[in-house]
Amino acid sequence: MAFLARNKAAKRAGPSSHVSFLKYADYRWLKIASGFSALTILIYALIDVEPRHSGNSWYGYTLGTIGAILILWLALLGWRKRSIKPGQWTLKSWVSAHVWLGLSLIIVVTLHGAFQFGWNVHTLAYVLMMIVILSGIYGICAYTILPKQLSSNRGDMTQVEMLDNLRSIDRQLHDATQPLSTELANIIGASLNDDPFSGSILARLKNQYPSCPTQYAFETVGAASRSKASDNADDIVRAAQLLSRKVTALANIRRHLQLKAQLEIWLYFHVPVTFALIAALTAHVVSVFFYW
Amino acid sequence: MTSTYKVAIVGSGPAGLSAAARAAQLGMYHILLEKTDHLSDTIFRYQKGKHVMATPSQLVLRSDFDFDAGKREKILQTWNDQAASQNVQVRYRSEVTAISGSPGAFTLKLADGESINAEAVILAIGTQGNPNLMRCPGGDLPHVEYQLDDPTAILDEHITVIGAGDAGIENALGLAADPEQRNVVTIVNRSSDFSRAKDANVKALTSAAEEGRITILTETSTNRIEPEHIVLDTRDGELRIPCNRIIARMGSAPPRGFVESCGIEFSSKDREAFPILSPVFESTAPGIFVIGALAGYPLIKHCMNQGYDVVEFINGNTNLKPADEPILETKFSKLPGNRSVDEWLDVLRTEIEILRDLTPLQMREFTLDSDVSFVRKGDVIFDRGAPGSSLFNVASGGVHVQVNPSDPSIVVPIGTGAMFGEVGLISGRKRGATVVAAEDSILMEIPRNSALKLIATVPAVKRAVTRVSIERQLLQLFKAGLSPSDIAEVVESAETISVRAGESIIAEGDESYDIYVIRVGSMVVERTIAGKTVFISYLPAGSYVGEMALIEGGRRTASVRAAVKSEVIKLNGDAFRSLLDRNSALLERLKIDMATRKDVNAHIETMKSTFSDVADMYSSVASFLVENGIGEATDVLLIDERLCVGCDNCEKACADSHDGLSRLDREAGKTYAHLHVPTSCRHCEHPHCMADCPPNAIHRGMDGEVFIDDTCIGCGNCQRGCPYGVIRMDKVPPKKPPLLNWLLFGSGPGPGEPNAKWAKKHGNPEAPKKAIKCDMCAGIEGGPSCVRACPTGAAIRISPEQFLSVSHMQKGS
Repeated sequence: MAFLARNKAAKRAGPSSHVSFLKYADYRWLKIASGFSALTILIYALIDVEPRHSGNSWYGYTLGTIGAILILWLALLGWRKRSIKPGQWTLKSWVSAHVWLGLSLIIVVTLHGAFQFGWNVHTLAYVLMMIVILSGIYGICAYTILPKQLSSNRGDMTQVEMLDNLRSIDRQLHDATQPLSTELANIIGASLNDDPFSGSILARLKNQYPSCPTQYAFETVGAASRSKASDNADDIVRAAQLLSRKVTALANIRRHLQLKAQLEIWLYFHVPVTFALIAALTAHVVSVFFYW
Repeated sequence: MTSTYKVAIVGSGPAGLSAAARAAQLGMYHILLEKTDHLSDTIFRYQKGKHVMATPSQLVLRSDFDFDAGKREKILQTWNDQAASQNVQVRYRSEVTAISGSPGAFTLKLADGESINAEAVILAIGTQGNPNLMRCPGGDLPHVEYQLDDPTAILDEHITVIGAGDAGIENALGLAADPEQRNVVTIVNRSSDFSRAKDANVKALTSAAEEGRITILTETSTNRIEPEHIVLDTRDGELRIPCNRIIARMGSAPPRGFVESCGIEFSSKDREAFPILSPVFESTAPGIFVIGALAGYPLIKHCMNQGYDVVEFINGNTNLKPADEPILETKFSKLPGNRSVDEWLDVLRTEIEILRDLTPLQMREFTLDSDVSFVRKGDVIFDRGAPGSSLFNVASGGVHVQVNPSDPSIVVPIGTGAMFGEVGLISGRKRGATVVAAEDSILMEIPRNSALKLIATVPAVKRAVTRVSIERQLLQLFKAGLSPSDIAEVVESAETISVRAGESIIAEGDESYDIYVIRVGSMVVERTIAGKTVFISYLPAGSYVGEMALIEGGRRTASVRAAVKSEVIKLNGDAFRSLLDRNSALLERLKIDMATRKDVNAHIETMKSTFSDVADMYSSVASFLVENGIGEATDVLLIDERLCVGCDNCEKACADSHDGLSRLDREAGKTYAHLHVPTSCRHCEHPHCMADCPPNAIHRGMDGEVFIDDTCIGCGNCQRGCPYGVIRMDKVPPKKPPLLNWLLFGSGPGPGEPNAKWAKKHGNPEAPKKAIKCDMCAGIEGGPSCVRACPTGAAIRISPEQFLSVSHMQKGS
């Protein structure tokens, strides 16, 4: 009895809520993280530790343990993101907790170290952690500001469609070049041979390509088309029009690549430095117990 | 030819071949007539290497020929070998142009002028072998072709493709795909646009033309064909171009004219109607039997079984049970009463009102598709709000419909012979009421597609379903203790109207006061405020509109237009008014509904004056979503691009949840005001993909999801039918190593869909392509993976009623 069995099936979860990871569950993790940070500050201020606050007081050990466990848990986000298993979890809630609890580490770990710094593995771990957190803060900002610009820039086009569009202009440009003089043909040829993905990472991040052959060809051929002296003026005008389209298309895709780069660049610090941090953290913990 | 064959079989497809094989086995004097010079032309014309599936899997094959899923070439080879070894008498190049005579003495006229005499005739000509031909001078030259097997095999040629439907465009694109082939391709279209082709194909064609790879000639027809040239009549005069090959793709027509000329009647005038047949496949022309696709059975196994059966019948075997007998036996085995299959079929047919006009053959077919079960008193058949679109019939006993959700004791009884569940069938919406067995009963559940087929083929069924559904829908909609006799007058005046997408049923300022109930589809309510059209609300199927003008008088205060192709029931205003006069409870109820709607109107107007931008935004976003087909969606993935960082984790999660293939394309699709509708299934109320699935493999599941089951034969009909391009045809890639192995040792391709290279290297090259689409992660704990895996909360799944509501706007989305 198919339809009777159907009635017994589990009821579906409700519709997904439409809020960002920062506001998830009415700022649940912000509240938890700030409450916890306030509590650690309060205890730090109230208790009297002899001879002074430090990493090897009972409170220092407590905060250190919490901080180390937190760091390891925060690093697990990389696994959570990729392990798509059934279950009542959402990556958004994990990211929300990751962001807010990660920020609370600034306070927890600073209090753990009790503002004692030096040229040693302990401070190294601290600095690495701060680099991870700072790159994370950049990430939060990028994730908040840039998606809207990325969306506006691409409109209804996908990245593949943008490239296809560019290739299609290139093909037409290639045909349009045939009747032109060798000089102009070489200038346009340089544009045709230019790869939109070329250029340094810095150029991509800043979206500045000073010696762009397409821009040069656009200006040169544009000037030639306005002079009207040549006997194949129509061909030059057609090439100039195509170059003008190419400049627009190229600007569009370069802006897309810039925004994508800005959205991703921080992960190239955040993730590797996390591994360095975990290594330094291990050294820090082992050395502390070694010199106990 | 003077000798008389015992049986002449026309058409050598799976049905005809199987019939001829049986005749050969029985030692009957037979002849198999084939129009072309090879067997089984339809399968012969399949693209090279196409994988042919053997469905339905539960059906036992009963034929002297073998058939199993496999490559086109292998199947054709098997049949060719077996035709030779089993002594099947084939006459090639024998197109039958006329059949005359009576049982025992038929004469079949052939195109070559010969004629053949036979005692009985089996028509197994299918519906495919009849392409529209080139009729201009030279149309019979050898370089005029009607199919293209392998576009990559054609090099260095001038090719003209005639006809710019999908087949023509796909052929033209295939021929021009690789510049290395150096083909010069021209496509000729009679009209000025490409209205018959899919949008994606037209786009690909125009961009190929812009790049100079293909020449398009519109408003052009063929004047004549010469051995090396083709002469075309264009708008600007005659054009003669070099041409080594002509591919004519101008559609095909079912050979109805020929079949009718043999004296065979069809079940209706409908273009898709089939001949009327007896249980032994005999047509209305005695002695002529019809089997296979022409009889309405497009699947190969059905065809082959019918070929076997029909020859047995003709040979006088009256005890032969159909091959589906064991399936029906199992179906009926759990029912009380110990009756035989034939007895059960007879009981169902006589007891159930809508099945009474069916032929025994149709009865078998619908029963095979359906579920017959015995329920105990008190069993819940389905719950209010459960998804479901099948039609139930009471074969014995009765059920209670709980019309009031807050008081299950208020019930409407439905007795033996009657149907229920028809609202879900027609509107595609969730079930409107809980139904419980009132006593021990036997119920027959007919799935959506079969029920729709039943309605389309038997006019009496259509009338009964329409009347009952209007009556029930009104009772359920207005409740207020109405009985069928109260609304009889209104039902009598009711009129079912189909409305095209975008067409209005009510225009602002009109003086009419009829009431409309939305039966299929959905509507949007709009008002003109300060010269701008403002979206007010969205009405899903099952709601009514138009009561304000009736109750309060005056002109219409808003326009109502169809968001998608819809069907409404128009209730006469005067008849409804007299109903309201008699029934004050109903009036009260309508007034309450009206007050709520007025609040919404007032709210939008205040919003207009105070927060004009917000209201504008809501209105324009709503219009955008409706334009993008959200009006017919039940559950759709949207992406808020203010939050989307483009990580594609949704796609990766989708692939990792389903055999390594992503069912969504995040980046593709339209965007408005940063709200993006990605290419992903909307689980339409009336899924376009379901319309033409030969193995009937597409269903609506427990959670309302539209999914494709394992019986998919990879034909691609659903992909072509989907207006939103959300179905892909692909091979399932091999299994990846576990995630940890990738994280630690870099083995495998990592999360998400494996790249084509890896899949090819590790996969099975023989694996067939199948249709792949979203199933809303049915059965996966936690729900849709795309939403769960979104790190920023950009991916949301919504249903249109919920998203297109004012309360949603107030929350500031």
